[in-house]
Amino acid sequence: MSKIIKIKKGLNIPILGEAEKILNTTPRSSTYSVCPPDFHGLTPKMLVKEGEKVKAGSPLFFDKYNEKIIFTSPVSGIFLDLVRGEKRRIMKLVIQADDTNEYLDFGSAEPDSLSREQVIKKLLQSGLWPAIRQRPYSVIANPEDSPKAIFVSAFNSAPLCADMDFIVNGQENEFQAGLNVLQKLTDGKVHLSVHVDNNLNSAFLNAKGVELHRFSGPHPSGNVGIQIHHIDPVDKGDIVWYLGVQHLIAIGRLFEKGIYDASKIIALAGSEVLNPRYYRTISGARISDIIATNLRFEEGVNRRIISGDVLTGTHVGENDYLRFYDDMVSVIPEGDKPEIFSWILPNFDKFSVSRSFPAFLMPWKKYRHNTNIRSGERPFVVTGVYEKVLPMDIMPMQLLKSIMINDIDMMEKLGIYEVAPEDFALCEYVCPSKIDIQYYIREGLDTIRGEFS
Amino acid sequence: MKALINLVEKVKPNFEKGGRFEKFYRTFEAFETFLYVKGDVTRSGGHIRDAIDMKRTMVHVIIALIPPLLFGIWNVGFQHYRATGEEVAFMDQVLFGLIHVLPIIIVSYASGLAVEFIFASSRDHEVNEGFLVSGMLIPLVIPVTTPLWMVALATVFAVIIGKEVFGGTGMNILNPALLARAFLFFAYPSYLSGEVWIETTLQEGQQLVDGFSGATALAVMAAGEGSMPSDFDMFFGFIPGSIGETSTFAILLGAIVLIATGIGSFRIMASVFIGGLAMGLILNLFAVNDFMAMPAYKHLIMGGFAFGAVYMATDPVSASQTGVGKYMYGILIGVITVLIRVVNPAYPEGMMLAILFMNVFAPLIDHYVMQANVKKRLKRMEKVRLQTQA
Repeated sequence: MSKIIKIKKGLNIPILGEAEKILNTTPRSSTYSVCPPDFHGLTPKMLVKEGEKVKAGSPLFFDKYNEKIIFTSPVSGIFLDLVRGEKRRIMKLVIQADDTNEYLDFGSAEPDSLSREQVIKKLLQSGLWPAIRQRPYSVIANPEDSPKAIFVSAFNSAPLCADMDFIVNGQENEFQAGLNVLQKLTDGKVHLSVHVDNNLNSAFLNAKGVELHRFSGPHPSGNVGIQIHHIDPVDKGDIVWYLGVQHLIAIGRLFEKGIYDASKIIALAGSEVLNPRYYRTISGARISDIIATNLRFEEGVNRRIISGDVLTGTHVGENDYLRFYDDMVSVIPEGDKPEIFSWILPNFDKFSVSRSFPAFLMPWKKYRHNTNIRSGERPFVVTGVYEKVLPMDIMPMQLLKSIMINDIDMMEKLGIYEVAPEDFALCEYVCPSKIDIQYYIREGLDTIRGEFS
Repeated sequence: MKALINLVEKVKPNFEKGGRFEKFYRTFEAFETFLYVKGDVTRSGGHIRDAIDMKRTMVHVIIALIPPLLFGIWNVGFQHYRATGEEVAFMDQVLFGLIHVLPIIIVSYASGLAVEFIFASSRDHEVNEGFLVSGMLIPLVIPVTTPLWMVALATVFAVIIGKEVFGGTGMNILNPALLARAFLFFAYPSYLSGEVWIETTLQEGQQLVDGFSGATALAVMAAGEGSMPSDFDMFFGFIPGSIGETSTFAILLGAIVLIATGIGSFRIMASVFIGGLAMGLILNLFAVNDFMAMPAYKHLIMGGFAFGAVYMATDPVSASQTGVGKYMYGILIGVITVLIRVVNPAYPEGMMLAILFMNVFAPLIDHYVMQANVKKRLKRMEKVRLQTQA
């Protein structure tokens, strides 16, 4: 067994509302959606017209700059509507679902009997290719590239995140089938990372054809970027691919059954959920069908519904849809009420890593964390706080400053190729100056990407 | 409470764009956010944020400044009545101190905040909280006899030249409070050295006791004549000096607050003390005069050493910003302070100049720490590449 990679820096934010390990099934939504903004840097080109009939796996649109990458419908039904945002940007494709799913048949196949090109073609056709993302830049992988390795994180560590052991239960074969596919995609290794405390499922521990890595420690140990950094870091010119467990299972199903089955299990969690638990649903499902009546109602408290976790997720309304890469829906209270002298009061009900709040005296306590930002943005003043939550050999403040002044040379030297916004989400959380750190990291990545493409 | 918020909300439109007092929006906003944390929610990035903010950070530094402030107020009275030889009650000493210290604090805050508000309005950004601390630090590092107009002038100079010309809080190179002191020190030297530490303006019927000397311990050592106060007096602060700097004990109480809350950098504080002690010991080894032979630990309780180490060197903006850099920065401040004190005949106290000097060099230290990180990354990548090729 490999040695344990101990992550010491980081933070598990104590939030109320962890999902109980009970699996329910959501009713079939009347509408489903694919949201192009889920895929960073994508310019969609439509392949269907409004009112056209689609099956699960039918192409909907493709990437303007890489025509091979197509995006398909998660369900069968009628393509209903295109929702546009500012500057006519395509925000959502809405599909009215049939009562039962009809699948487009891509044909089952044993990955070993196919060539690498055939495997890639199948993934591209089915619309599962976008599940595979790459570092650097944290964008959809380019099928023309050959990555030096592929990474799969078998655990989440974000606040209230879904437990992958629970999810993979009963889908062990599909998971292994997915791993078999990955081996065809790279000449290098397929790395699977597990957490010593959380991952006990044999699907992970006895996975074949992978190099297993064991991690310990708090969030962001489950972030694939952190794992890559500790296993096989990305340098200029390197490319690695990564994908999530549930997408891997979907890829396994594609090769076993020949269909794009977009179903997945998500955690519905957060302090504003009555009974936080797991739901079997389909990618792109309507949020209101997932939460149904399972919300806590309190006079005067607004709620924020997030597709994804509270650090990196997308703000969605009840009428919005579950996003492509997300394994959870979080519901937390909005913090839209002013609080008198709150900046100086002890604040027993608020969490902070700063010992100027009493939270550090009550390590057992969990909080009903709201969305109040608590201050306007300030320049960098306090130093040494980001370093405590970023388990990478990277100087966060210096990297951010190089991004802010657009110093490409310095960004490269300080390791921008290794990072993604999600890896800096905790830095943003603890920042006393309330700087939008994830935004800046993304801006830096975009700058570098623009420079070299 | 609710009514108060409603009241503020009611007058708010007057200050917003198009309102009668829109020029004062930033001033209004500063008071508004002082009164309550606004109901502003996250719009991009993470949906939740740590409860800490700049106001809470800064106010904890002010809390940490309370022990030296209170002691300083009393000591001003104590030193005065000791000079006149009068026996007065404790409260009279405090009262005397209050009468002389409070105006300085008020002038410092009023002049500094006025400048901050003007710049915040003209640049249309929120009023930064940084001056809340600077405004308290400035009175504590000057003698009680400093004329009020000088306090105002130095504060305005420090805020404009020290901070705003660089872009405001967070952008400054030098510690603003120390810059204010340095300004006075060089512009009006006679007001910041010699017999200035004790308020000895005499009223009718008062006179100085025979053999009175208002010299500080550092001046005594530098001149090589006069009598040194005892270690006890120096540690607890029953000595002449700038208002807040005399009591090492009170300063250590403040240091406990800063370290316990994690707001002051323990690395910097500890390494300043270590640097000072080490340099003192080295000088002991090569001692050729009384000052060099003075036990090294005395440096730590004399003059402004403790105050500088705990409150001045730790200013996160002007200090080194990297972990390793903080050790180097701190140690060098300690070393240079003792060097200036003992070796340089021109300045009896070295703390201020040492910190300002290292403020200037902090970015250079950080640069080398960054280069080390860059090199480490390149090397590690190279190693990984060789391994994968093998």
